Amino acid sequence: MIGCCDMKLNEKEQAMLAGKDGPARQWAIEHQLQVGRMFDAEDMVEVSQSHMMADPESLGEAGVAFVEQFAALPKEQRSVAIPMITDPRGVDLTYYDPLGQTEEMANLERRFVAACEKLGIMMTDTCINYQTIMPPVLGDHIAYGDTGVVIYSNSVCGARSNFEGGPSALAAGLTGRTPRYGLHLDRHRQATKRFLVTEQPEELTDWGVLGATIGRMAGSYWEVPVVEGIDKAPTSDALKHFGAAMASYGSTPLFHIVGVTPECHRIEDVSGDKLEARQVTADDLAALRQPFGAKGEKVDVVVFAAPQLSLVEMQQVANLCQGRSKHSDTSLIVCTAPSVYADAQRMGYNDAIESFGGKVLQGTCFYQQYAREVGEANGWKRLLSNSTKIVNILGGYGYLPALASMEACVASAEKGEIVG
Amino acid sequence: MIKLKCHVGIGPVVEGEALVTSDDFSARYDLDRIKGVFSRPAHKLFGQSYDGKILVFNTAKGGVASAWMLHEMKTRNVTPKAILFNAANTILAQGAALAALPMVDRFEEGDITQLIKTGDHLIVDPEKGLVTITNRS
Repeated sequence: MIGCCDMKLNEKEQAMLAGKDGPARQWAIEHQLQVGRMFDAEDMVEVSQSHMMADPESLGEAGVAFVEQFAALPKEQRSVAIPMITDPRGVDLTYYDPLGQTEEMANLERRFVAACEKLGIMMTDTCINYQTIMPPVLGDHIAYGDTGVVIYSNSVCGARSNFEGGPSALAAGLTGRTPRYGLHLDRHRQATKRFLVTEQPEELTDWGVLGATIGRMAGSYWEVPVVEGIDKAPTSDALKHFGAAMASYGSTPLFHIVGVTPECHRIEDVSGDKLEARQVTADDLAALRQPFGAKGEKVDVVVFAAPQLSLVEMQQVANLCQGRSKHSDTSLIVCTAPSVYADAQRMGYNDAIESFGGKVLQGTCFYQQYAREVGEANGWKRLLSNSTKIVNILGGYGYLPALASMEACVASAEKGEIVG
Repeated sequence: MIKLKCHVGIGPVVEGEALVTSDDFSARYDLDRIKGVFSRPAHKLFGQSYDGKILVFNTAKGGVASAWMLHEMKTRNVTPKAILFNAANTILAQGAALAALPMVDRFEEGDITQLIKTGDHLIVDPEKGLVTITNRS
């Protein structure tokens, strides 16, 4: 029993470790002890929700089989202990063949979904659960996966979560707790870097670029940026793009914005007054955009995803698509949560996007759905998006990504080339 | 024999040959996990095989998905023997726990990518927080 002597366990946790609640919970707590020990956790903390990232591309056959062995246990041994939800899936089972995804990928997905359902996991398939399912509250200890979900929940909601990879989120779901390290502790939530913004971001892409710039400057999991100079409360969508980009570029799990986020009414609340401020300049922002600034070139695919679109964003895209149609050589993909998809269907937004020639996918996110294979199958190379996160990631998957506002993205899809 | 002290880590004791770089590591973007080689052209170990090696990096990068990947690599038997970092990240440490792949970080003696050389023979003991270079003194 690795690590059993280093962390304080209560009676319930001891019982799990002894295998009294079955092999799934025993695996889970052993896993948590190993991780907790590496990050100097003294004990466990109960969590109210768990959120798991587990797309078949990263799970592989091995990961699916791993969860299936728990699904085969008796109900009282396999059921998760707390509400547990899921990040986007890798295959939209209503639309995969046309994307060039194979039956093998779909079958892996089907097996994994069936195993999760046996465990009592709610297949929400979303990375915007803080907008659509049940947002955590100030001081709420949670075990979330997906860096975008974690940074938003920590920063905007004031909840407490580390980046929990799929296995750790599963472990937390089974035990109802997680090792108390990192962002569960007050001392890791104080500001370590101070940034001054002088130009107000406007569009979602501006927020993404600002988040990415600060993330790159902050630069590690253990840095906490505090941002001054935002003079008006941003929307949830703006903060979603800001956080997702920051986490993608900096592995950053928490930020504070003075006067906006709940732990930082004044800069002193996070000890930011003791830090020297660094101004985020127009040059800093331009440097971030520079590698993604293609114009006048043919565009193969325009993608709205990462994070999935909120209902408000769906309405915005639908309005832009109204009465227009895409260029025959360019594709348009929109990824949203299944719950948002249903609302957007009812309100006619999906129809507007699909009349334009786009495709709305439900419960997936573009970069988590075999992006490399899908790109190769469709001949997609030059990709355009308004998401600063996705253009960062997809360069590693054989794409030539470019960044533009939502409006310019739709206009580019219409024209078949990147318009400025 | 040189003994290097590190933070308590994850996984069982393992022995093997070091492959060292000052670069960082992403299980998702740096590897061809089927062939067992570094496949991202900009990576300093591009083209080299990691199979059966004890890898030494500066730090770990990459998103939450990479937590499943070490386990997936291990079940196919195309896998490093252990991974050493100056500083690991939480996600990859969680992935090492799932895979029972030895992983340690935070060395008292300084920059581990300088202290260990490619080809060195190592014994990694995560439980004790100790890495021994057996071919040098």
